[in-house]
Amino acid sequence: MRGNESMKRVYVNEAWCLGCHLCEYNCAFANSGLDDMVLALKGRPIYPRIHVEEADKITYAVSCRHCEDPICVKSCIAGALSKEDGVIRIDQEKCVGCFTCVLVCPYGALAPNENGVMQKCELCLRNTSGEPACVKGCPNRAIVYEERGEAL
Amino acid sequence: MKQYVIIGNGVAAAGCIEGIRSVDPTNPIMVVSQEDRAVYCRPLISYYLEGKTDLDRMQYRSQDFYEKMKCRVMYGRKALHILQDIQEVEVDDGTRLPYTNLCLATGSSPFVPPFLGLDTVSDTYSFMTLDDALALEKGIDPTSRVLIVGAGLIGLKCAEGIVERVASVTVCDLADRVLSSILDAECAALMQQHLEQHGITFYLNDSVDRFEGHTAHMKSGARVSFDVLVLAVGVRANTVLLKEIGGEVDRGIVVDERMKTSVPGIYAAGDCAEGLDIALGQKRVLAILPNAYMQGYTAGINMAGGNVVFDKAIPMNSIGFFGLHAMTAGVYEGEVYEEKTETSLKRLFTKDDLLRGFILIGCDERAGIYTSLIREKIPLSSVSFEIIKKSATTAAFSPEIRSKKFGGVV
Repeated sequence: MRGNESMKRVYVNEAWCLGCHLCEYNCAFANSGLDDMVLALKGRPIYPRIHVEEADKITYAVSCRHCEDPICVKSCIAGALSKEDGVIRIDQEKCVGCFTCVLVCPYGALAPNENGVMQKCELCLRNTSGEPACVKGCPNRAIVYEERGEAL
Repeated sequence: MKQYVIIGNGVAAAGCIEGIRSVDPTNPIMVVSQEDRAVYCRPLISYYLEGKTDLDRMQYRSQDFYEKMKCRVMYGRKALHILQDIQEVEVDDGTRLPYTNLCLATGSSPFVPPFLGLDTVSDTYSFMTLDDALALEKGIDPTSRVLIVGAGLIGLKCAEGIVERVASVTVCDLADRVLSSILDAECAALMQQHLEQHGITFYLNDSVDRFEGHTAHMKSGARVSFDVLVLAVGVRANTVLLKEIGGEVDRGIVVDERMKTSVPGIYAAGDCAEGLDIALGQKRVLAILPNAYMQGYTAGINMAGGNVVFDKAIPMNSIGFFGLHAMTAGVYEGEVYEEKTETSLKRLFTKDDLLRGFILIGCDERAGIYTSLIREKIPLSSVSFEIIKKSATTAAFSPEIRSKKFGGVV
């Protein structure tokens, strides 16, 4: 888990974020397994893996930082979180929904899905988006996918 | 050449193995495992009884874990003594295991108080290991009336795990509230009410005076008839191996921030160890899984010649019952900020410009941001407390901290 894993991550330019929440919709759609956005999202609560933080005049989107020293992985009581090739992944079959990862993540980057099982950003590596959907769909290019070294 | 020996095969041991291998890919690791099983998720035994997981999914690591980690395991064996002068561990099959670096990850054992008449009860169970859970599963049926002694984390998770599979579950505790080690009175009352709504009966502020067969005579005068008895009163750290060679032992095996014990070459991690709780400012046993892993990982790196400290241990628990989650961390000292609704309760405790602890029931979103304030001792004066007390958000941090946290550009 240690070592210098240079890899791309999702970063947000707070000054450019409009707070439009499109990233949340694009994330929920990309991970819905459906190919029709209306069918996937219309009239339903959405469970995105990225969320827009808002306070005073600030807005910016937050998703998993894929930390070098991931406290969520170390704390998971079900052995469901792991780090493979620099990406923190969750095995939703193993997750029992205890919320320990929510208790420890300093970024607030994990949350339950509609079934109470935890989910998190896996950089769209397991869906058909090809690249992170939040980045692809950001109208102001506030969210970027690039290499900058790891969060601790 | 280094020879690593780990006594114990739980999560602390797994952390130790992974810590060693992050530094030293080759030297041999030997694990002495009293349980005849690969490392599994002990906190999931109640989820197993509830049908929310199964024996395969409860494995903590993949099937090829020990092979990948080039690690040998002696299953079903008990370490009897540490022979310190010749640096060997004596195992109960007569084997002597030489070590250069030893980690004690021996965990804890259920503590059974000397109840009068306990020997007249035929069906008694503990609730610590998977074998305990499997035995309990065999011992219950839909007609069973179950009495659980102990309304702590173990007793209540057991209650949740079996309540749908038995006729009744009664829980008693000497304390005047449930989860007395992590909840204050009002929070405990909220959780108790929720548990009662799901069919669990309580006798609190009361204890068993004596057992007569399958009847518990309570100190209050009440009588509780039962078919199955679960003893979940408490646990004690397994410290004897170090104690008998003169190592420093208090409630647990005393360790420094590198997980070294007082005996050279010997480390300890997990529920058997007593390290610094930075929230309390004192050493104590913090028998929680994240701590076990992090202590084990730290021990492993240092055993293999690295030099790291684990100096962020705090008590923290996330525990849910029937869909209502309680999250707690730190110590409950100082000024209190409170938000309350019918079904939720938030209490933040602040003192000396720090968040010292919290209790969150039914309001858990992004709670880790609060936890990080405690673990990293972030001065509240550097944060907008007005914002963060209402909602756990990194937007309450200063632009400088945010920029550091999020990689430069925010």
